[in-house]
Amino acid sequence: MPKELSGADILIEALCDLGVDVIFGYPGGAVLPIYDALFNQKRIKHVLVRHEQAATHAAEGYARSTGKPGVVLVTSGPGATNAITGITDALMDSIPMVVITGQVATHLIGSDAFQEADTVGLTRHCTKHNYLVKSPERLGDIVHEAFHIATTGRPGPVVIDIPKDVQVATAPYRKPGTISHASYKPQVKGDIKLIEAAVEMLAAAERPILYTGGGVINSGPGAAQILRELARITGAPVTSTLMGLGAYPASGDAWLGMLGMHGTYEANWAMNQADLILCLGARFDDRVTGRLDAFAPHSKKIHVDIDRSSMNKTVRVDLGIVGDVGRVMEDMVKLWKARQHPKPDLSGWWKRIDEWRAKKSLSFPASKSEIMPQEAIRALYEATKAKAPVITTEVGQHQMWAAQHFHFDAPNKWLTSGGLGTMGYGLPAAIGAQLGNPNSLVIDIAGDASIQMNIQELGTATQYRLPVKIFILNNEYMGMVRQWQELTYASRYSESYSDSLPDFVKLAEAYGWKGIRIENPDQLEAGIAEMLAHDGPVLVDCAVAKLSNCFPMIPSGASHTDMILGDDQVSGELDDEAKALV
Amino acid sequence: MHIKEGLKERHTLSVTVTNEPGVLARIAGMFTARGYNIESLTVADITEDDSVSRITIVTTGTPAVIEQVVAQLDRMVPVHKVTDLTVLGDHVERELALVKVAGTGDHRIEALRLAEVFRANVVDTTISSFVFEVTGASTKIDRFVELMKEIGLVEVARTGIVAMARGKDAV
Repeated sequence: MPKELSGADILIEALCDLGVDVIFGYPGGAVLPIYDALFNQKRIKHVLVRHEQAATHAAEGYARSTGKPGVVLVTSGPGATNAITGITDALMDSIPMVVITGQVATHLIGSDAFQEADTVGLTRHCTKHNYLVKSPERLGDIVHEAFHIATTGRPGPVVIDIPKDVQVATAPYRKPGTISHASYKPQVKGDIKLIEAAVEMLAAAERPILYTGGGVINSGPGAAQILRELARITGAPVTSTLMGLGAYPASGDAWLGMLGMHGTYEANWAMNQADLILCLGARFDDRVTGRLDAFAPHSKKIHVDIDRSSMNKTVRVDLGIVGDVGRVMEDMVKLWKARQHPKPDLSGWWKRIDEWRAKKSLSFPASKSEIMPQEAIRALYEATKAKAPVITTEVGQHQMWAAQHFHFDAPNKWLTSGGLGTMGYGLPAAIGAQLGNPNSLVIDIAGDASIQMNIQELGTATQYRLPVKIFILNNEYMGMVRQWQELTYASRYSESYSDSLPDFVKLAEAYGWKGIRIENPDQLEAGIAEMLAHDGPVLVDCAVAKLSNCFPMIPSGASHTDMILGDDQVSGELDDEAKALV
Repeated sequence: MHIKEGLKERHTLSVTVTNEPGVLARIAGMFTARGYNIESLTVADITEDDSVSRITIVTTGTPAVIEQVVAQLDRMVPVHKVTDLTVLGDHVERELALVKVAGTGDHRIEALRLAEVFRANVVDTTISSFVFEVTGASTKIDRFVELMKEIGLVEVARTGIVAMARGKDAV
């Protein structure tokens, strides 16, 4: 019989057995026993954030950049409710995460006790699964099961709610063997008959396109490698969702750039004109499809996804293959080679793609007096690409410009809030990524509005000596809101001006950071160089053209072929149908 | 601007789940969160060790929505198996109702006569009332309740539908 441990110690032992080396958290009354157990050990590093939402985003950044699950520890009540935004973010973007929340003692549950919230009730819809642990005997197994569920199948967040008395009470702990769950059995290997059919469809296609998503990155680095091989042998062009950037290298010949609302002209036209779309670990999100009844009308569609419910959710597909996208692609490549399919002659298709590419849809108006935001991203990319940096973003125009103008040649380098679109994600995510990748250059590309949503985390980076960089594209607006108001509501800028902005340089300095202000194009390169030369954390406040719009853009309710390429094509007002659609 | 809706179908689903706290809230909550309809939902454990419950759900939606309902149920961690009995084909659906009827004289006699026609049992009686137990397809119970309205219906309690595929196989 193993010796009895307190619930708090069982938790620590289980986390260590699961290989957890860092957790992001914030103490409080209902987790004091766990914090005391943390105090007495050296195996797990605890990172004290300044707000629980930041703990969840930091865990996401850590997870997305390392491939390992992120772990969060917060107290009951407000600790748990503050964490909910990040938990939902992780659910939408399929990020493996385990969140441990303290709860009031079991006899107080339901009595409206101090800092009591119904955490399992509140998080039921924003987690992949959650648990309320009612006895220390069950705790060890539940922790192991929670990690199993968070990291397998379609990854996602799992919450473990532990009442304070369960943290104190004792029970034996034994590391469980391989977990075999009674009902949860994700399908990893795809049906070979369906994969055979997919290979034949691919070999017969005249205008194929690979539409890849975050699933390729979740599947692991091997999946990104096999994607390159699949693109090479089939000769098909490759586009990606926001979440999938880096899975196929931006420097690769087959790369069309991102697709969707702010995707490239060539990617969206190729999707529209393709005769076969092979969707790999993406989910036909509304930001990707545009108007559904006009989406890719001439194509057969194959969908590979580990989540069966992604199939036919918004777009009907001709062939759905449930399985891990890396494993399915591996089988596709093997079958393609075994059947000795030659590389198809797609020269006619590529000729059309080249015509679309010639539109140079990512070009933007030049300015001598102001820094164009796109130019700032390009300069940042040129100055840092040799270091293969990890880039995080907030949400808005700067995020889309970063997706368009910063290029990624490897997975796990691009961390952004795609599904939920959470402003305030970037700084804590950068902190998590820096902890997971201590030797990497980590930059949060931010906007002046978003950065203020978790600005308090400057203190966390200072405390842990994390050399995170923040690069703010400061246009004094919630730029994307302002852009939509310009395009859809005749420039009625309702509440989208960033009034009373702080002096970001002084703010950075107050937290012990270096602050740099870049105000005109002449200072851009030198400012970036100065940022890179400093080995501590740096905040760069880069003033950019205030009214720039992010193009190309598929306007609300429009199809891929109705893309707007520049300001000259903007109408300024949309009808109600379009206003309501996206 | 008007919001459009497609043609709806009615499907009966059988769902086996691990019998753990919160599982019903999880299932029912998924329906509300994703905007699906529940016409009827019944649940009870069906194993000797109380480990597995069987839930019968009657839902309506377009074929695409029904397909999503099944897939969304299927991906939930405590769900063992989802069977769309309507797609599977022939199956039996039954419901039980308790129907309280009050009255004297002719009404009382007529109530008993109708109960006999519907094979309803009297499970409680006073000088001036009956409680009938009636089982059958939901349409039969609807009809019984409708008739009782005219002769002193007081209240109705219904279980919701339980269903099972015909033939020798388990779902």
